[in-house]
Amino acid sequence: MSVIQPTFEVAYQAGWAVMRVSGEVDMATAPKLRQHVVTVTADRPDGLLLDLQRVDFIDSTGLGVLVGAAKRMRVNGGQFRLVCAKQHLLDLFNLTRLDEVFRIFPSLTDAFADIDPTIDWSGAT
Amino acid sequence: MTTVHHDVLPDFVHLAEVRSRLTAALRDADVLPESRLNDLRLVVSEGVTNAIEAHHRCGSDEPIGLTISVTAKKVMVKIVDRGTGFDPDGLTEHPPVTDPKRLEYERGLGVTLMKRMTDICDIASNKSGTTVTLTMLR
Repeated sequence: MSVIQPTFEVAYQAGWAVMRVSGEVDMATAPKLRQHVVTVTADRPDGLLLDLQRVDFIDSTGLGVLVGAAKRMRVNGGQFRLVCAKQHLLDLFNLTRLDEVFRIFPSLTDAFADIDPTIDWSGAT
Repeated sequence: MTTVHHDVLPDFVHLAEVRSRLTAALRDADVLPESRLNDLRLVVSEGVTNAIEAHHRCGSDEPIGLTISVTAKKVMVKIVDRGTGFDPDGLTEHPPVTDPKRLEYERGLGVTLMKRMTDICDIASNKSGTTVTLTMLR
């Protein structure tokens, strides 16, 4: 059985990087996510929005990558937000109390509205 | 009681297959509610990840033992490695989430999740290996 490699799509709008992740994030695949996060944050965007709507599974290694992403953005003086509506992932954030560390929105639309509702975000969707 | 045993080669690429087999076997048998099955899928993946890491540290290419047992009252998953062991009570505790230093810690949640997401999490470890037994009551 082959590994379900996560895929990544990054779009830029209004100084924000919007990264859509899909697949399963575990010890085998997290390095790839980390690599993308490092590449994107190196460009010092104003913010990084990680869309996890298509992530089916994330383990503690994957959570660690999210923590690392939040740290990189904080060091850069940027913002970091997540989009996630899957209950088992939200439960995991709640259990680890990472929902108190990350700002999590149920949809891209909600996240965009919170960041700046006056911007046309269509280029990032 | 139904018991199934798998040997898992110590390579992280097999984690997805472990989860897939576990989920398929238990979902077909309808032994746990979906949310509990998701929890079990996660903690078994965490346990096997730790076991593979233990084999990598000591250079062992022996397989990890994975045994899934289902009874009328519980689902029990046993993960056996032949690493050099660790102290499950001696793990570094993360700072509280209100502390900015929390962001310095990217690893070390696996055992915490195993303990919190199962009904019983037993970790027996010595210098010749570790056996993790994860139990979900039905």
